[in-house]
Order: sequence, then C-alpha cells, then structure tokens
Amino acid sequence: MTVTDRDIVSAVQGGLPMVAEPYAAVAHGLGIGEDELLARLRAMRDSGTIRRVGVAPNHYRLGMVANGMTVWDVADDRVAALGAQVGALPFVTHCYERPRALPDWPYNLFAMVHGASREEVEAKRRRIAGLLGDACRGHDILYSTRILKKTGLRLRRKEG
Amino acid sequence: MTLDALDRALINRLQEGLPLAPAPFAGIAAELGLSVEEVLARLRRMKAAGVVTRFGPFFDAAAMGGAFCLCAMAVPAEAFEAVLTKVNAMPEVAHNYERDHRLNMWFVLATETPEGIAEAAGAIERETGLDVLRFPKLQEFFIGFRVAA
Repeated sequence: MTVTDRDIVSAVQGGLPMVAEPYAAVAHGLGIGEDELLARLRAMRDSGTIRRVGVAPNHYRLGMVANGMTVWDVADDRVAALGAQVGALPFVTHCYERPRALPDWPYNLFAMVHGASREEVEAKRRRIAGLLGDACRGHDILYSTRILKKTGLRLRRKEG
Repeated sequence: MTLDALDRALINRLQEGLPLAPAPFAGIAAELGLSVEEVLARLRRMKAAGVVTRFGPFFDAAAMGGAFCLCAMAVPAEAFEAVLTKVNAMPEVAHNYERDHRLNMWFVLATETPEGIAEAAGAIERETGLDVLRFPKLQEFFIGFRVAA
C-alpha cells in the first residue's frame, strides 16, 4: 500500500510528537522509513505546501492581551504599494488585501497588530494611519475578545 | 505559568522554524545552551499550559490545491454560544475569534478544494440561518507570523 501525501498530512496535522526524533516516530506509525518521510516533507516544503515547522504561540498567554485586526479603506490604485509598506512594519504579523463587502464593510486592507495593552496597539494603529495618509478613506480596529478555536488545517476524513 | 527568559527565547526561535532533519531540536538546543531533553521538557510544559497551541508543520491549503478564506458573521448575543457550537463543529473551521464589532465572529475556513469554501460557508449559513461574509485574500503582503515573546 502506498502512503500518500494526504496520509502524511493526516498523520502530522494535529502536531508532531515532542520527542528528540519526532519524524522517526511518525514514520514508524505510517510504516515507512524516516528517510522517506523526511524526503516527502522536504518536497512539500519546497513546493510551498508546508510553510514551516514550528510552534503557534497563544498571544494572550504571552502577555499580548490586546490583539487588534486593523482594517483600512485604501484607494484601489494605491493598495498594492501601501500594503507592501504596512506588511513590512515590524509589528504587523499578517497583512492582506481582501474584497470589500459593501455597503456594510468598506475596508480592503487588513493588518494584524498585537500588544501588551490597547494603548500600545492604538499607537501602532496611528503609525499605520500615518503611513497610509490621504490614501485611506476610513478605518476601524476589531479587538479579539476570545479565541474560540485554534486548530489549524484539518482534513476531513475520507468517506467510504 | 510564568515564562522565564529561556522559555521566551525558545518560543521566538521555534516560531522561525525547525529543520526537517532526524534530530530537529539539536541546533536550537545548542544555540540556547540547553540539552535536547531540557528543550523538550520546556516545550511540553508550555504546550500543556496552553502557551503554545500547536507544535508541528504549518500547511498552506492553497498550495495543496485547496483554499483558505477569512469569514465573518454578525451573531446575536443570545445565540452566540449555540452558533459557536455549530461553527466550531465544522472541521473546515481552522481558527475562530470573537471580536468586539457588529461582525463579532471571525473564522478562517481551510478546505481541500477551492469549491470547498462555498460549500462550507453555505453549510454554516443553512445551519445557523445567518449570513457568512467572505473575505478571501486578494494579495498577501507579508507573513511574519512571529510575535516577540
């Protein structure tokens, strides 16, 4: 029986065992060699399927209790250049252009900002506002008040 | 739990990524002047305490032929917990956050096919009777992921 990439993703999507040789343990469970598993994972990394191997921290538990999604209505012809500048700010962890949902939602640039207090996040928000200048027609900030789920990608079990 | 300087250094370093090698913790242990067992003990402790929510590979659904989509819903306060139970029960919901806005539930769908996004969002709309606004990314400017611990 061949072990597919899907099998490999299913085996590790919940996380790796926290042992000195985690890949040997996963390979054993899949019935393949550690070398083969590592080669397959490296191929997935090289193709972009795996972005990195590491940890996801809980911002709240690290003392970053203020987590704001800043959202901006930026002129369409300037969003590419300005988005790149916002994304390059050291305190912005994610930055995307997304479609507006008019009339409710006029914002097309989203930038995540974290801090130990809302004052700290507000100061960062003002820096973004200064950078965007008159290209920005309006903005808002949505603080997260609770993590409701944080599992990452999960494949649905194949039926049949 | 209280984090000491080494715990924080470990989190910062582990956000940057580990090598795909048989002993992935060896390098980081040497950098921090710890044994591999001490690194693992700290990692296990932080995972158990919820400081670290996940250790392992991070996948890009789009590179696998699938898709990600940020979605938002305006959930009435009195229905929040019932809606939450239904939304979180979907395996396609990878993350979900409550936010202080009229649009108070923000979640990311991760699906194996591009069509899966519409199917999952449609299923949530049918289950909850609420609109699911979809905000797929048009451009990604930078994914730093890291927060300084």
